[in-house]
Amino acid sequence: MYDIYAIITGPLAWLSFAVFLGGSLYRFISLYQLARKKDGAVFQYMNLAYALRSIAHWLTPFGARNMRLNPVMTVVTFSFHIALFIAPLFVFAHVVLLEESFGIHWITLSDRVADILSMVVVFSCIFFFARRIMRPEVKYLTTWVDIVILIIVAAPFATGVWVFHQWAGFPTMTLVHILSGELMLAIIPFTKLFHMFLFPFTRGYIGSEFGGVRMAKDW
Amino acid sequence: MTDSTAVPDKGTDDQGILTGVEQLSPEKIERIINEVLSSETGAKLKVYVDTCVSCGLCSEGCHFYLSRDKDPKFSPAAKVKQTMWEIMRKKGKVSPEFIKKAAVVAYTQCNLCKRCAMYCPFGLDIAYVLSVMRRICHRLGVVPLYIQDTAHSHSVTGNQMWVKDDEWVDTLMWQEEEARDEVPNLRIPLDVEGADTFYSVIGPEPKFRAQLIYQAAMIMTAAGEDWTMPSTPGWDNSDMCMFTGDYEMMERLKKMHFEAATRLKAKRIVMGECGHAFRSVYDMGNRALGWKMPPIPIVHAIEYYHELFSQDKIKIKKKFDRPVTLHDPCNIVRGRGLHEMARSVVNSTCKTFIEMTPNREHNYCCGAGGGVINCGPPFKNARVESTKIKAEQLFAAKAKGAEVVIAPCHNCHGGLEDVIHHYGVDMELKFLGDIIYEIMEIPE
Ligand code: SF4
Ligand code: SF4
Ligand code: SF4
Repeated sequence: MYDIYAIITGPLAWLSFAVFLGGSLYRFISLYQLARKKDGAVFQYMNLAYALRSIAHWLTPFGARNMRLNPVMTVVTFSFHIALFIAPLFVFAHVVLLEESFGIHWITLSDRVADILSMVVVFSCIFFFARRIMRPEVKYLTTWVDIVILIIVAAPFATGVWVFHQWAGFPTMTLVHILSGELMLAIIPFTKLFHMFLFPFTRGYIGSEFGGVRMAKDW
Repeated sequence: MTDSTAVPDKGTDDQGILTGVEQLSPEKIERIINEVLSSETGAKLKVYVDTCVSCGLCSEGCHFYLSRDKDPKFSPAAKVKQTMWEIMRKKGKVSPEFIKKAAVVAYTQCNLCKRCAMYCPFGLDIAYVLSVMRRICHRLGVVPLYIQDTAHSHSVTGNQMWVKDDEWVDTLMWQEEEARDEVPNLRIPLDVEGADTFYSVIGPEPKFRAQLIYQAAMIMTAAGEDWTMPSTPGWDNSDMCMFTGDYEMMERLKKMHFEAATRLKAKRIVMGECGHAFRSVYDMGNRALGWKMPPIPIVHAIEYYHELFSQDKIKIKKKFDRPVTLHDPCNIVRGRGLHEMARSVVNSTCKTFIEMTPNREHNYCCGAGGGVINCGPPFKNARVESTKIKAEQLFAAKAKGAEVVIAPCHNCHGGLEDVIHHYGVDMELKFLGDIIYEIMEIPE
């Protein structure tokens, strides 16, 4: 047990960080080079002010008409994404690990809050899953990959809650928790999860087109 | 969950598509697709396809989906799923049958209206992705018959409607003569060098709606405009090749148009009330030719009318007194933000203005755009079925009292005419120019 623990918190952790960083960098560079070669116009029309204007609207809850048309989805997506970032970065247990390994630390969430945030992520994933199988327009687009990704994203949070509450079998769950977290990190560059990095560019580009050329709003 | 499958349609009977597909082999398909993908697309397409998280939120953006009782096959992302996703996933190894269905989706189930880009959280430009699909179909020779005919006309005559060079000049002279009954000194000045304004129209104007040229001449004369029209090809600013995916021809057409204006050393191009022509001159054609923005200032009719009223260049007898509503044409609203100017012109000319909702950038397309109406009779029923939401919008405006729909776009006229007729909306359709002509003080 301890050996496995050592492996997944040691080499595997490094590996997943390396894959995440290396993979993301690779995707960025290759997309950038391809864009330079083939989509010169994109750089011509990109306009920082209009890009930020569009991004700001779309990062504001209910800032776009479509968000107002789908209020439940809006509330869930916003809380999901916020919780998804805040919980792992500021949960006490993670920060302690960082402190032990690298001597760096930052502010932490109270356990209670971290617990709630993790549950927000898990319930959001359940909501997304239900949406995927119940809404015909989403079901039509959904493939098994989408479901697998959803499970991989939910896993570290579900197991985190489990471990925190020390429910039955929590030592094993700790391993699953760490492993699934590493897995999630590692697949980001190679799956649709990469949308987290592409969002500013796609939104920024259409925002620039709408703002600069079309002189219209895009929200 | 479904694997990527195309719309299980009853099969199209469009001869252009059917004959084209007969001549396809899997090898040819794969070769052409990969040629297009590797030489004409890049990171933009890749990112659009890879970033889509299949959340379905774009559905709300599309009038096809809304009109078809939320049939999931008609959501924007679903149309990409039935076309480019599959093609990119299989690296071009798709069957002729697949291309047949993909052509129907790309050419007739999307108006390229870009509304969905305002509903997708990532701003993914589905219209662009489906244009790539059209480009592939064009390269494969699988294009709906009727729109391909207009593209042929473009390449033979330089205009969309097989108008011969002498017929064009004849039509202008005929309209000038008619107008002279009303204003004896009126001219439609041909080929005047150095005029302020080069006025261009779309092919269907001389062919079917010559009175619009008459009206434009009246308005220009009343406004004291220093204007001219070319007697040579290049007078037609429309562009169906842009919609078939024939970008080489689109470039030729735009070049002809810009060159006709520069040859006459005109200061600007003012164009008639057309949306797609504006798109071709202001957005797509100029880019294809390497111009970030058009080489000569392009002024759409709405902007021009706005100039006339804001600078008091034209006098009206009295305002148009029947209650009107305004259709926002996508190509000049989402394409150029002319919605406020349009409202200002409507308010300057009409007594009662009733808004349709949603409006401005969020307005629903008429269903005709993107070349869909030009695909002709084989797709007419399907097209009109996909505009139910537009009909509801019109009915709502009518319930508030509107009697006249102003649609400052030729294509929208065609589309709305069918909507009004099919759903029994019973409203009258007008161009802004119709209204201005009706109420303005006719010059001496
Ligand atoms: S809204 Fe955007 S990301 Fe979602 S399915 Fe539609 S295109 Fe894809
Ligand atoms: S561009 Fe318009 S017609 Fe085409 S999918 Fe988007 S909303 Fe629908
Ligand atoms: S025809 Fe009119 S409403 Fe339809 S796409 Fe064109 S501009 Fe839009």
